[in-house]
Amino acid sequence: MAVIEFDRVDLTYAGADRATLHEATFALPEGDLCLVIGPTGSGKSTLLGAINGLVPHFTGGTLRGRVLVEGRDTARHRPRDLADVVGYVGQDPLRGFVTDTVEDEIAYGMEQLGITPVAMRKRVEETLDLMGIADLRRRALIELSGGQQQRVAIAAVLAAHPRILVLDEPTSALDPTAAQDVLAAIGTLVHDVGLTVVLAEHRLERVMQAADSMLWLPGDGRVVHGSPAEVLAQATIRPPLAELAGVLGWGRVPLSVREARRRAQDEGLVPSVPPRAAVPTEPVVLSARGVAVHYGDLVAVHDLDLALAAGTVTALMGRNGAGKSSLLWALQGALTCSGAIDVRGNDPRRLGAAEARRLVTLVPQTAADLLYLPSVGAECAQADAESDAEPGTTAALLRTLGVDVPDDRDPRDLSEGQRLALVLAVQLAARPPVLLLDEPTRGLDYRAKGELRGIVQQLAAQGVAVLISTHDVEFAAATSTRTLLMADGQVIADGPTAEVLTSSPAFAPQVAKVFAPAPVLTADDVARTITRQGPA
Amino acid sequence: MDAEGTATLTTVHPWAWWGWAIGLGIAVSGTTNPLLLALIATAMVVVVMLRRSDAPWARSVRAYLLLALFVIVMRVFFRIVFGGGTGDTVLFTLPSIPLPDWAAGIQLGGAVTAEALASTLYEAFRLAVMLLCVGAANALANPRQALRSVPAALYEASTAVVIALSLTPQLIESIARVRRARRLRGDSTTSLRALGTIALPVLADAIDRSLALAAGMESRGFARTRGLPVKGTLPVMLVSASLATMGVFLLLSTSYWQLASVLLIVGVLGCGLGLRAAGGRLRVTRYRPQPWRGTDTLVALSGALAAALVLGLGWLDPDSLGPAALALLDPQALFPSTDPLVWPTVTAPMLLVVALALAPLPLTRRRRVATVESTRNDTRVRLLRPGAVPAPRAEPTWR
Repeated sequence: MAVIEFDRVDLTYAGADRATLHEATFALPEGDLCLVIGPTGSGKSTLLGAINGLVPHFTGGTLRGRVLVEGRDTARHRPRDLADVVGYVGQDPLRGFVTDTVEDEIAYGMEQLGITPVAMRKRVEETLDLMGIADLRRRALIELSGGQQQRVAIAAVLAAHPRILVLDEPTSALDPTAAQDVLAAIGTLVHDVGLTVVLAEHRLERVMQAADSMLWLPGDGRVVHGSPAEVLAQATIRPPLAELAGVLGWGRVPLSVREARRRAQDEGLVPSVPPRAAVPTEPVVLSARGVAVHYGDLVAVHDLDLALAAGTVTALMGRNGAGKSSLLWALQGALTCSGAIDVRGNDPRRLGAAEARRLVTLVPQTAADLLYLPSVGAECAQADAESDAEPGTTAALLRTLGVDVPDDRDPRDLSEGQRLALVLAVQLAARPPVLLLDEPTRGLDYRAKGELRGIVQQLAAQGVAVLISTHDVEFAAATSTRTLLMADGQVIADGPTAEVLTSSPAFAPQVAKVFAPAPVLTADDVARTITRQGPA
Repeated sequence: MDAEGTATLTTVHPWAWWGWAIGLGIAVSGTTNPLLLALIATAMVVVVMLRRSDAPWARSVRAYLLLALFVIVMRVFFRIVFGGGTGDTVLFTLPSIPLPDWAAGIQLGGAVTAEALASTLYEAFRLAVMLLCVGAANALANPRQALRSVPAALYEASTAVVIALSLTPQLIESIARVRRARRLRGDSTTSLRALGTIALPVLADAIDRSLALAAGMESRGFARTRGLPVKGTLPVMLVSASLATMGVFLLLSTSYWQLASVLLIVGVLGCGLGLRAAGGRLRVTRYRPQPWRGTDTLVALSGALAAALVLGLGWLDPDSLGPAALALLDPQALFPSTDPLVWPTVTAPMLLVVALALAPLPLTRRRRVATVESTRNDTRVRLLRPGAVPAPRAEPTWR
């Protein structure tokens, strides 16, 4: 029986020139894990919101056609009337929290539904155990790590015993291990509790093996529904395994590493070790010795040495809280730290803010913090003035980064990728020899990530030393030549990306897992080096 | 941090503490006797020290003590600087500064008399002890539990306050982040323009947050169980509130106290009924509601009795009392004379007030709530396992 039915649904936002969803028709059976995929701005969040009625009741817009959820028509039921059927978890769990401790947050939804205190008490305990967060019950929500917050957010909607769980990019801010935790919890809910789960996710590689079906939004308003293999064969969204299938001429996209590995072994595919140029270590533009960052008693970065060579791209990986961001801020000179930092004979900490950014520039995790003017044109002009650059420099940079938007556009109306490009252009206007990027791939789709990769490699070719902190193994594998692994404020591995990433299963990209122990990282590597040796 | 869970069965209702503290505050407002004030203040501090929890808000009493001290020092300082006042016992004389004509009536410096100083000190002390009452309630009552236990009609208001409380740290974090980010753009100005560069991203962020929060609340069923308001609630509330206001006015500014009391009682009862009716349409339930038990009534009652005792004593007419009753009750001892300066005395009813202030001590028991970071690392849990070695140092009692 279908629990979610879309019948010729058209959705148009006020002032939009075309429908975000057009003639969307599909039915999801009970107990499915359905993955919603599509590029940024294709309407994934709109589709998810339409399931519990937030679209259009909360967001505005016109909905034609019919959405039935457990037999209830969303046109006549407000989101609050569907709260006992659909649990909805937004992108940033911290922003959706109403109370401030774990236990209260889990009880909140049930209080609204008017469930008796006795039943509520029991359900809170059950939910705490189900999501494995019983030891967090009295903690303040703001103190929790990203993965814990996400699990609390899921627990908070689960306690109301919904039949459907809708999750909008639940792992976009998480490190690979925390993301695995959350996804494993979701898997349990599908298999043991029998929930219907609808999940939007940019990094398909993490979830596609668990999906029963996929909804693909190509971006023109259509919605394509089908089995994962069918959809992936035609979708423009290319997770690493789909690219691998393309390179190897496989018609059916393998959904898991296991499937791909078996097929590769059956066909006797063995990539030879690709010849790799040694990572250049000279000339050093940034050298840091004994860098340490403390927050009170907490040691975020512990006595760390680092040298970055001109023209290299280095990936910085590690758990949430390993000290990656602190290190980047310290290297920029914006964070008090001990130790010696030297960029071309200067210490950025001793320079004024304006001079420091001409040596080292940082694009922080929340890039939008840097933008404060009402239009793109004004931001560009301001950046030129800040950097003493020729008027028009930033605007030109922005165009070379592939973003061409009218000057009067508000930066807050840009897409995630365009906004990142704008901040990048603003920061690059100072022509710094060292560029630090903190989690730049957050919220970017595969195409935007590909463009970012191109930009970074182009900058490296011009001699800029780039250091990127990221959780995205696939992006690190494709972009960087050197990888640093951080844990507890220290660098625990430092070497060529191919070696560092293939040596640990948690950080290995999927293609590397398919061909382990051969150190290939991406489908491109495979295309260049593959040889068929006959069935093994 | 918060320990409502196990607290529910063992702690005093937060509004009971507030009732006790407000009662004492009213009692304090009815006297300037420094001995009585000092006794009440000491009693309150003792209760706070023996009955407060380990929670962060429980440490606020120190801040209130400092604030009370500050109030006293400021009042005395201004009295000395601006001089004036009555009395003949000159303690010392400050050089008087002549002021121009337009400042007539204001005097700078001059003689400082013991009488004037004593009267100021008494007044300041009364204000300081009233502040201390608020501090004591703050330290003893769990503010979030208090907010959760408001009448149903005030549910929306309490929700708004809870959200504001939990969003404040996020807003502070957001401001710190944006300020830090300004350096990255090479902006180190500290002008008014800099304020704009911080305010815009912070505000934009705050609006995004509010929308996300509203969406979250909507999709979790907020406002789902609202029925239609009971007809007639609004007029009942309006009339009752007006009656209560009139009652207070008559009580404070005229001598029609019988009429005033009737109006006040009718008004308050009406308000209570109105709130009840308005709250009836709301069918949200409370997670782990804090029950109101007999102990809570007694704690609140001790404050109310203390207030009634002091106010009643002050209201007595000394002329109508017999000599024996006058010696025992002595209403004038509540307001010891400062001109002529006499030594304040403590009477038997005053001791009763102090006893009432201390009443929560025998009525309640100290409950330290175990805050367990992780069951795995908790020594108390480890102690329960067979063959465990007892911890060398004493652990707080834990039930």
